[in-house]
Amino acid sequence: MSRALEVVATGPLALVQDLGRPGHGHLGVPPSGALDVPALRLANRLAGNPENAAGIEALLGGLAVTAHASCTVAVTGPPVAVAVDGRPAGSHLPVHLAAGQTLTIGRPDTGLRCYLAVSGGIAVEPELGSRSRDVLSGIGPPPLEPGVVLPLGAPHGIPAGADTVTAPPNPAELLVPVVLGPRDDWFGAAAHQLSVPWTVTSESNRVGLRLDGPALRRTAERDGAELPSEGVITGAIQVPPNGLPVVFLADHPTTGGYPVIAVAVPRALPALAQARPGTTVRFRP
Amino acid sequence: MRWLRYGPDAALVECESLAEMSAVRAAVVAAALPDLVEVVPGARTVLIAARPGSTGLDAARRLVESADLEAMDGGESHEITIDVRYDGEDLDLVARTAGITADEVVELHTGAVYTVAFTGFAPGFGYLTGLPGPLQQSRLDTPRTRVPAGSVAIAGEFTGVYPRSSPGGWRLLGHTDAVLFDSRAARPALLAPGDRVRFRSVR
Repeated sequence: MSRALEVVATGPLALVQDLGRPGHGHLGVPPSGALDVPALRLANRLAGNPENAAGIEALLGGLAVTAHASCTVAVTGPPVAVAVDGRPAGSHLPVHLAAGQTLTIGRPDTGLRCYLAVSGGIAVEPELGSRSRDVLSGIGPPPLEPGVVLPLGAPHGIPAGADTVTAPPNPAELLVPVVLGPRDDWFGAAAHQLSVPWTVTSESNRVGLRLDGPALRRTAERDGAELPSEGVITGAIQVPPNGLPVVFLADHPTTGGYPVIAVAVPRALPALAQARPGTTVRFRP
Repeated sequence: MRWLRYGPDAALVECESLAEMSAVRAAVVAAALPDLVEVVPGARTVLIAARPGSTGLDAARRLVESADLEAMDGGESHEITIDVRYDGEDLDLVARTAGITADEVVELHTGAVYTVAFTGFAPGFGYLTGLPGPLQQSRLDTPRTRVPAGSVAIAGEFTGVYPRSSPGGWRLLGHTDAVLFDSRAARPALLAPGDRVRFRSVR
């Protein structure tokens, strides 16, 4: 049988993701890629892949796949129930699937996004050097559906020796270091205004994390002012006219027209990507 | 020109004009600094993002602050001609607003040479400058929920082509069959910043 993985069930949203396609912003193409990068890298190491191999990002778990050939898989992200043909197998460790066996991922109790790596990696055709699905511009393989058969690459090496790795915690309150600017001067006492507790809303997705809280107030002279389109990066905290900030994640647009008050530092992004609606976020300028 | 901090690994160079922005972009791109990840032009800014932990941003700042921006001509650029059927839904509105005939709108639009200033909105959507004065008109009061792919349109100081079907508020002059974006092509976007563009009327 050919090396392939058949999708049986997907949960709310399952996407092929690797480390993305940075470097194409000038063409209007977002970086995309796994939102929780360390989780995908870890899954790949456990499955014996290079860290940049493509895997599956499964929102709220619920993924089930049948192996068409013998392969090693690993599930990372939040702690989650994993089973092979109904028998518990565990997350954060290499698991062997024989041809015909089905792996199922349960629904995590904390966090949002589980990552499945498969030995050889998902080998769909890359676009602009990446196999990632970009939900904003529609580049990359479409969201997975039951019945889809994903080709796998040749196994690369021996799975990493570590048997188990503890899943990272997903706390109910996140402390996020930020660098103020480039447009913090549009807001009075920007650092003070940002430091209140914000709540992640259910409007969040791979484009951005939408937050609720006391609306950020612009200075009187910037009230109603417009900003010509300017470049946006992952982690930028953009403030639309309603004053409620959006933290841009990997599928963000390449230019935006609202002021960016601050930027979340890169090491804070994986936890933001796992923050469920209702999570409290505190920015620390 | 102002150098604005944009997180730990990026900066926004704020310019006085679109021309200055284009010169800064061209200078940075031409230098091909090894540690830069993104150089994204905007209407008055250039976003420069470097590999985390590298010295790329410092190198870019030295370059931008010492570059002779007057001497930059936009660097390497492609010349592109786009065939257009001028049958857009807003052609008469644009003519009325400018106080000229529809044929004169076509003459003006095809007579100019445009420069791709920056992209955004969607992959392959280039904001083209060089629009003749009478065609510099505001957006529609009510944006359309669906603008067909290939629509050639104007808004403010820009003209552009919608790479794919999307909502949009620009005034539509016509449409083209040109492929604006193909992520599997060697050159995925037809229009990249710095490129020169002409429109040609076809029936």
